[in-house]
Amino acid sequence: MSTLLVWSISTAQILLGLAMACSIFRVIRGPRAQDRVVGFDSLYVNAMLLLVAFGIRTGTTLYFEAALMIALLGFVSTVALAKFLLRGEVIE
Amino acid sequence: MNGAVEIPALAAILTAFLLIVGAAITLVGALGLIRLRNFYQRVHAPTLGTTLGTACVSLGSMIYFWALGSRPVLHEVLILLFVTFTTPITLTILVRAAAFRDRTERDDLQAGSSAREG
Repeated sequence: MSTLLVWSISTAQILLGLAMACSIFRVIRGPRAQDRVVGFDSLYVNAMLLLVAFGIRTGTTLYFEAALMIALLGFVSTVALAKFLLRGEVIE
Repeated sequence: MNGAVEIPALAAILTAFLLIVGAAITLVGALGLIRLRNFYQRVHAPTLGTTLGTACVSLGSMIYFWALGSRPVLHEVLILLFVTFTTPITLTILVRAAAFRDRTERDDLQAGSSAREG
């Protein structure tokens, strides 16, 4: 693997890690529940992109399957959280 | 890391460019998640990362593995399709839930103040 590719993958991983840190800040700090859910949504997408970068670096298929699983389960969990926010208020 | 395999220079440059651009766009979206003030403004920011960031990163991965020729590029297509289709759905449901919560809170406040007056 060429030096350019190694450096660009490292830079992309650092940038994605910073993006994950920003999302974690919003999850911890978010004034209300919906802010935390938006931060969580952004967090799992960033983690998925980080796994894709790892997959390019190692060249194995395993990371891409893990990224696909994160995309699937993240969608389901975000929809479930949004439904909980909606229905919890109805019951209240 | 597989140091033995080399890919053409054009494919390497394209992959590097797309990876860095996608990661930078995702970081800009996450910074908007920190800096914007309102929830309804904040919900727009991460869509930058989920659409353009995912498109750029998986396109770079597709170019890399296509040039490498080691495996079929099916996972990236699936990831791209899935993320592109599901992000509007999740964020629409979430904004609807947030608007519902705000409306019920306002109604509760008004009901409480009118009960206190009456």
